[in-house]
Amino acid sequence: MSVDLSQFIPSFLEESFEGLELMESGLLNLQPGDNETIHSIFRAAHSIKGGAGTFGFDSVTEFTHLVETLLDEMRDGRREITSKDTEILLESVDCMRLLIEAARDEADYDKDKVAQTSTRLSETLGNEKISADSTESIKSEGKAAGSGYHIKFVPEHSLAKTGNDPLFLFSALTELGELSISANTEDLPALTDIDAQELYLSWQLTLLTEVDEAEIVEIFEWVEDECLLELTAITDNSTASETNKEETAVNVEQVTETDTQEETTANTQEEVATDTQEEAATDDSSLGQVTAEEKSKATKATPKAKAEVGSIRVGVDKVDSLINLVGELVITQSMLSELGTDFDMAKVERLTNGLEQLLQNTKELQESVMRIRMLPISFAFNRFPRLIHDLAIKTGKAMELVIKGEQTELDKTVMEQIGDPLVHLVRNAADHGIESSEVRIANGKPEKGTISLDAYHQGGNIVIEINDDGAGINRSIVFDKAVEKGLIDANATLTDSQVYDLLFEPGFSTAAEITDISGRGVGMDVVKRNIQALGGRIQVESTLGKGSTFKVNLPLTLAILDGQLVKVGSETYIIPLISIVESLQIDNKLINRVSGDMVLYRLRDDNVPVLPIYQLFDLSTECTEINNALLVVVEADGQKVGLMVDDLLAQQQVVIKSLKDNYQQVAGISGATILGDGSVAMILDIPGMISMALEKAQQAQLVRADGNSNVTAEVCL
Amino acid sequence: MNIQAMAQDIPVEGEQSIEGVDFITSGDQYLTFLLAEEQYAVDILCVEEIRSWERPTKIPNAPSYIKGVINMRGIIVPIVDLRLKFGIGEASYLETTVVIVLTYQSEETSRTIGFVVDAVSDVLNVESVDIKPAPAFGGCVGPQYIDGLINSEHKVVTILNVAHLQKVEKHRLHS
Repeated sequence: MSVDLSQFIPSFLEESFEGLELMESGLLNLQPGDNETIHSIFRAAHSIKGGAGTFGFDSVTEFTHLVETLLDEMRDGRREITSKDTEILLESVDCMRLLIEAARDEADYDKDKVAQTSTRLSETLGNEKISADSTESIKSEGKAAGSGYHIKFVPEHSLAKTGNDPLFLFSALTELGELSISANTEDLPALTDIDAQELYLSWQLTLLTEVDEAEIVEIFEWVEDECLLELTAITDNSTASETNKEETAVNVEQVTETDTQEETTANTQEEVATDTQEEAATDDSSLGQVTAEEKSKATKATPKAKAEVGSIRVGVDKVDSLINLVGELVITQSMLSELGTDFDMAKVERLTNGLEQLLQNTKELQESVMRIRMLPISFAFNRFPRLIHDLAIKTGKAMELVIKGEQTELDKTVMEQIGDPLVHLVRNAADHGIESSEVRIANGKPEKGTISLDAYHQGGNIVIEINDDGAGINRSIVFDKAVEKGLIDANATLTDSQVYDLLFEPGFSTAAEITDISGRGVGMDVVKRNIQALGGRIQVESTLGKGSTFKVNLPLTLAILDGQLVKVGSETYIIPLISIVESLQIDNKLINRVSGDMVLYRLRDDNVPVLPIYQLFDLSTECTEINNALLVVVEADGQKVGLMVDDLLAQQQVVIKSLKDNYQQVAGISGATILGDGSVAMILDIPGMISMALEKAQQAQLVRADGNSNVTAEVCL
Repeated sequence: MNIQAMAQDIPVEGEQSIEGVDFITSGDQYLTFLLAEEQYAVDILCVEEIRSWERPTKIPNAPSYIKGVINMRGIIVPIVDLRLKFGIGEASYLETTVVIVLTYQSEETSRTIGFVVDAVSDVLNVESVDIKPAPAFGGCVGPQYIDGLINSEHKVVTILNVAHLQKVEKHRLHS
């Protein structure tokens, strides 16, 4: 009965990470007496332990066992739920994640952190000594064992109902050595009283083997919670066997989680409980550091994870609607092919109807397929309660997180890439935005700061708002800092939003001091760049003393884009509809040539520089005359430019294909797409085109400057 | 209806052509093609398909030898004119002009690029001992592109290195 278990590892990992998330959110919301939550946390830990054992991730199993024991005590009401314990459990969740990630990547992990946490766990449990002893005894036993074990296996009556069959266990044991079995039928009731689904037998086994006790225990891994298991090594030395037996009994008692707790343990537990509180208090300061370290370690580990092919869980309703649509498509197809077999002109109308139906089906199918990639944004929001929890401890500020609209759906790729920028924004809000409690009270605000995350759909976009009720952005500080850095002129008059946009300049930090949380290397410029890379934009609103709001505007999906097809020379290009301000025919009177050959077009109050695409892309075209040409005014980064095109064609949705796969990123082009006739068309990258035009102008200026210096040199000669 | 009986009546395509062809080959196989009058070859395992020439979509500011991109069953494939890249012969587009689409798989990535050549000619079986190094003073084809030379009857065939052919150079903006 050997199955290649490794094929199940990915699903184990996925489930474990889900379990960890569940544990984390459960712990953060845990109130004393909330049994349902404790149960679900316990169940998550238990499945992780079981799975890890099956796949041989021993470090995970060992550690999780401690966590589980603590949770079990809480579950049974033998232990009060205190915030100290919750802290330790949260830290343990981090450790478990670390261990599982290490097991996945076959990499090293921070052993100190895990050891430290497991020590704290054991101390909390108050049975550090015993568990240390028992592990020792297992080890020494493992070495001493030579001949084999007596195993007493008393399953609970309900064992068979959980799908476990003792026969499998025994056959697994026979693979380890010579096994003799004797069944104990004492508990067997009279035939009339027998419930066919219950198991009434217990067994006494003798296994002649040389393997470790741990390997035998492993076989009973799945049933250990539902049976009484006693292992006794067969040794010549009877006294050793005696002590072993005792110790193993204690050990088994922990493993099997029987309700009987030794009185002594309970006593020590009380004593240690006070100790642990002090311990925990001193540990708190170091806790923040540890999490930070863990975070950096986690980010190091992620690149490897990203290289893997991810999987999505899809709701059955989505799959069902997909199947329905495919069914309709098949009907349309058969109708059309029947029409095609003996076609004459009289059937034209039916053909057009059929094609229309096909169009409808295809559209719906496309939408449905796209919806499969959509996930509720709660996947990205889930990490924030913990983040705020940690930040509150670290900064010593009281704050709470309010999440709204977590069911808003967003494309998976966008979701994965928006996570880090959001973390940055939330950290900023917590660190710079929210004031300390004293300042808040002095300013007549509630003591507890509120950071709210809100997500909603607006048009074809999703908007994510990060809002804090903190100090707000001090316009004059930002302004002075920008002047100091030479970004703007001291006499410049800027609107509020222009001032706030300065925050996104590289190297701009208004924080008086650099803290551990924010104000370090990665700045807001990176946030802005990441968001722009996703085709989104970010806006800031702020009122001094009231708080600030960061609005992130993202496209719903990266795979499809609404585009305007334009013609330049013999080529067709696609301009993203979202960046188009308006399209117009040039009125000769409104053209101005300034500062030497720069063409400006007066668009109401704005002067829009005109970029002829044929020049920028080095194409040959007949329409080089600017008079009466067509101009598509586009906007990117707050800069408007007019793109000169030969012709405006249709508007349509296009599927974005990467040029990078087989070629490379091309300046001014964000990707390619395949048009209805099978030809390829390039999608224009408006910000890229603007920076290209700037670069070109600079080059031209440099050449001219060189030319001028040559002239002066000649004059000197 | 006896399908099996019907199936026996259908002539198996290529039955005749199998005769006289030596299927047991030793060594590697190379696809040879023509650039002007010269013969070149690439590893046949890299060849994805051979297509007839079609006008590609231009890539802005690309070097002149990159003709653009085409749609190959939903994949965007760039097209390189080898005659322009190596400066051999005239870049004219006739009926025999073909595009050899090569896929090269390196450790992390796989890249598919089409190469315009004058004509495809043959498949060669070559023992690795028969591949001779190219003389150092070469023509216009850089030494990094050449894996070696082989003699085929009275002609010499240049074996090209697909990995190097697939390298894409960065665009330079020209003002």
